[in-house]
Amino acid sequence: MSARPLTPTAALRDAALSTLVAFGLFCALIGLKLTPTDAGMKLTDRPAALAIILGAVFVGRLLMLGWRAWRPAGTPSPRLLAEGVTRAGRYVGPVFLLLALTLPLYSGRYVIDVGILVLTYVMLGWGLNIVVGLAGLLDLGYVAFYAVGAYSYALISTTFHVGFWTALPVAGLLAACWGVMLGFPVLRLRGDYLAIVTLAFGEIIRVVLINWTNFTGGPNGVSDIPRPTLFGLKFTGSGDPDTFAAFFHVPYSVTQRFVFLYYVILGLALLTNWVSLRLRRLPLGRAWEALREDEIACRALGINVTITKLTAFAMGALFGGFAGAFFATRQGFVSPESFTFIESALVLSIVVLGGLGSQLGVALAALVMIGGTELFRDFAEYRMLIFGVALVVMMVLRPRGLVSGRTPSIALGARKQIAAELVAQGRG
Amino acid sequence: MAYALQQLINGVTLGMIYGLIAVGYTMVYGIIGMINFAHGDVFMVGAFLTLIGLTLLGGFGITSVPIALALAFIAAAAIAAVYGWTIERVAYRPLRGSFRLAPLISAIGMSIVLQNFVQVSQGARDLNLQPLIPGSIRLMNQGGFAVELSWMQVLISVVTLAILAVFTWLVTRTPLGRAMRACEQDLKMASLLGIDTDKTISLTFVIGAALATVAGLLFLLYYGSINFFIGFSAGIKAFTAAVLGGIGSLPGAVLGGLAIGLIESFWSGYASVPYKNVAAFSVLAIVLIFLPSGLLGRADVEKV
Amino acid sequence: MAEPAKLLDVEHLTMRFGGLTAVSDLSFVARAGEITAVIGPNGAGKTTVFNCITGFYRPTSGSLALAHADGRRYALEALPGHRIARHAKVARTFQNIRLFAGMTVLENLMVAQHNVLMPSVANGLLAVFGLGGYRRTERAAVEKATFWLQAIDLLKRADDPAGSLPYGAQRRLEIARAMCTDPVLLCLDEPAAGLNPRESEELSELLRRIRADGCSILLIEHDMGVVMRISDHIVVLDHGKKISDGAPAAVRADPRVIAAYLGEGDEDEEPAPLAAGVG
Repeated sequence: MSARPLTPTAALRDAALSTLVAFGLFCALIGLKLTPTDAGMKLTDRPAALAIILGAVFVGRLLMLGWRAWRPAGTPSPRLLAEGVTRAGRYVGPVFLLLALTLPLYSGRYVIDVGILVLTYVMLGWGLNIVVGLAGLLDLGYVAFYAVGAYSYALISTTFHVGFWTALPVAGLLAACWGVMLGFPVLRLRGDYLAIVTLAFGEIIRVVLINWTNFTGGPNGVSDIPRPTLFGLKFTGSGDPDTFAAFFHVPYSVTQRFVFLYYVILGLALLTNWVSLRLRRLPLGRAWEALREDEIACRALGINVTITKLTAFAMGALFGGFAGAFFATRQGFVSPESFTFIESALVLSIVVLGGLGSQLGVALAALVMIGGTELFRDFAEYRMLIFGVALVVMMVLRPRGLVSGRTPSIALGARKQIAAELVAQGRG
Repeated sequence: MAYALQQLINGVTLGMIYGLIAVGYTMVYGIIGMINFAHGDVFMVGAFLTLIGLTLLGGFGITSVPIALALAFIAAAAIAAVYGWTIERVAYRPLRGSFRLAPLISAIGMSIVLQNFVQVSQGARDLNLQPLIPGSIRLMNQGGFAVELSWMQVLISVVTLAILAVFTWLVTRTPLGRAMRACEQDLKMASLLGIDTDKTISLTFVIGAALATVAGLLFLLYYGSINFFIGFSAGIKAFTAAVLGGIGSLPGAVLGGLAIGLIESFWSGYASVPYKNVAAFSVLAIVLIFLPSGLLGRADVEKV
Repeated sequence: MAEPAKLLDVEHLTMRFGGLTAVSDLSFVARAGEITAVIGPNGAGKTTVFNCITGFYRPTSGSLALAHADGRRYALEALPGHRIARHAKVARTFQNIRLFAGMTVLENLMVAQHNVLMPSVANGLLAVFGLGGYRRTERAAVEKATFWLQAIDLLKRADDPAGSLPYGAQRRLEIARAMCTDPVLLCLDEPAAGLNPRESEELSELLRRIRADGCSILLIEHDMGVVMRISDHIVVLDHGKKISDGAPAAVRADPRVIAAYLGEGDEDEEPAPLAAGVG
């Protein structure tokens, strides 16, 4: 953005106009408040709140204009800054990995718990990245596979009394099957048609979970889901010989379970990452990326587009299912409320915000979005509002995501980053 | 027979509301090829603004229902139009010509913002409006089951059809409509030919927001109860309707809206209420398998 | 010398789109080891013929029989597109270049060898764990890619994104990518469009070399210089019908061909698309 000459009068006029628009926006919804009473609706006015907002808009707009016009030369634009991040990715990745591995050593229970949450979304993001980032298929219903994984584990473990590690692969495979089942009918669909059908699929799953009461427990969900064990050792304070504390002769603490869960999800996330990175360098992953770039050319080269799309859906669903099973075991309880569209939107935002196809970017985006939202825990009421604003702002500033660009999967010489502008986003 | 007729009436009424919202989706999609996820929430904002307007007018002692409705609607539509304009200006215009997914995420963000803004500013509770237009016509009485057509339903159909007629005239007969259609065909070419594309797109959002306010008003009158979350389900349903009809096609949006409304009402009437959304979404999936571009959509023939 | 064996036998091919008949009762033969050119004014139905041969369109009627040297026969009109490329070994390029613009030159050539590298999904998944002998096949694939990169003089740019190549290089890369599928028949849709005279000459040389290596070529081209220089056999279409068929010299002298091109200008070129991946 080039700095335009800006006179103070023009700036004031601009800010006044913005304030006028803001007045239009906020006069009714902030200036007046509806309260239901027995005798119908009652309106109260809130001139102070309105005035504060309008003042904030006026000052904010002035500051923004000022920053644009008189930004000191040499200040890196957000773009350059992000390019720096992209370049530094090589070092940032390992540093983050090291931090993630050692986090429980110097953190309390709360931070570990947030870490578990962030890592769950990192894993979901990496899983969805296969579908959206690599294969270029827009999936707005990813939460469906998360739900299938969670409910599969919940129902299998409570019905057949099998442990987490036995049920985990089953839950993942079931989710993958659902991925294929969803994939089949929608393969012919393009772009936004695919998006709405996947969204619809997510909603269907949720509605079924709510209403099929005698199978899923309906709105009450499934509770008393067994916790994971470490080679059969439980994380309880009962003092039995098959508990972690008793076996290792350490005093019992609840934190042990959190630390264990933390490493479980870290392991699962790293598995997702490893498989995605590995696949990218193999024909299957390369075919996914080729599909994103040009489906017609793929067909002309003899690539079975149907199978390729289905494997992408299945892979994404598999990891979504794993994450779901983990979610169920962490909570000890699942209910349909956890699997709303907003979850799909959240994971998709993480993928797009991170930079499609970039593993590091997705991890950073999950950290920023989930961790950041956690910071506003005290403002519970405003948390989602801030989240939404942040989403819009970040998208406008970085439409290509935090870490854009693509690393070639194979090279004769040195691998050179490919500019994001050349990389397609897929039409599927 | 009587029961089916009643479901038909209910379904058409519901379908009209969906259709009005769907037109907003389809218009924006036609011109800039993006799913305006926040549109359902603009509908919700429109409903809130109408309720505020009606309450305010009631406080001023305006008791004539037609006058109150007209005034509240005009005020609400004007403010909703500002919302439509601002959303485009702030969240979408900077991303025009950018990558396909960026505006989508921005739109999802906008949707979250609107929902939570209304929740924060107006509270999360259901807000009610006592019925303003009571009464109904009894169409037939068969074996103790009376088929009723309420004046409200008549109003919804009449208003929707009138609005759509005006809107069709606007799109097909006016310079603005021509500019909109030109932008729909080819945005870059339209701007080369001297059409102010930014203005055209802004106006599209403004018109879309006004139409959503009409839908919001009708929804408020029909159901008598709103909350900050109504935009989500109505929006998803309307978007489904737009896709079902063939996204980008205006008659398709109305047809899709009617189809979704009828499916929901018949499914609720004859099968099960909780699964009505499943029925609507399943029909969508099935239709798209056989008609990948929806009912009235242009077939997307890929030039090889 | 005996006439070379029939490779592709097009019989009574008709393609209708609604009321429009794009190709009407077309029959011709492409022989093994030859370069067959399909020419004709714009809108004559040439690309439609290609799309039928490569499975992008299903013909309204008629048959497209492909015979490999080992005697295997394929009815192309009944095969889905990816099978035509994979089993019948017909490769193609596109009028508006369709490279994987965000992938490197080398990656483009690797994707083309997908079916060799990954015979089955199970195989593709086993490779994740380093099983299935993937390493060896990959090395061979890189070698083949290197060979073709040398042939089209792009070895130095192997690690650059395909979308960043100049136009002429993109055209050559698309041909090399098609050749990496080991085709018996290479279908080229206006490979010389947008090339300068020197590049056209290089292209002719490349095509002659491909023919010499045993791959037959079916060519749509407006550049009559290229067509006359390298074709063994020319089929002329106009309004979806064949109006002439024979050796270059005979076709050039055919009054019907001259009539068809009159008023059109005999080198009527379509504006070449400026960038890859558009459309």
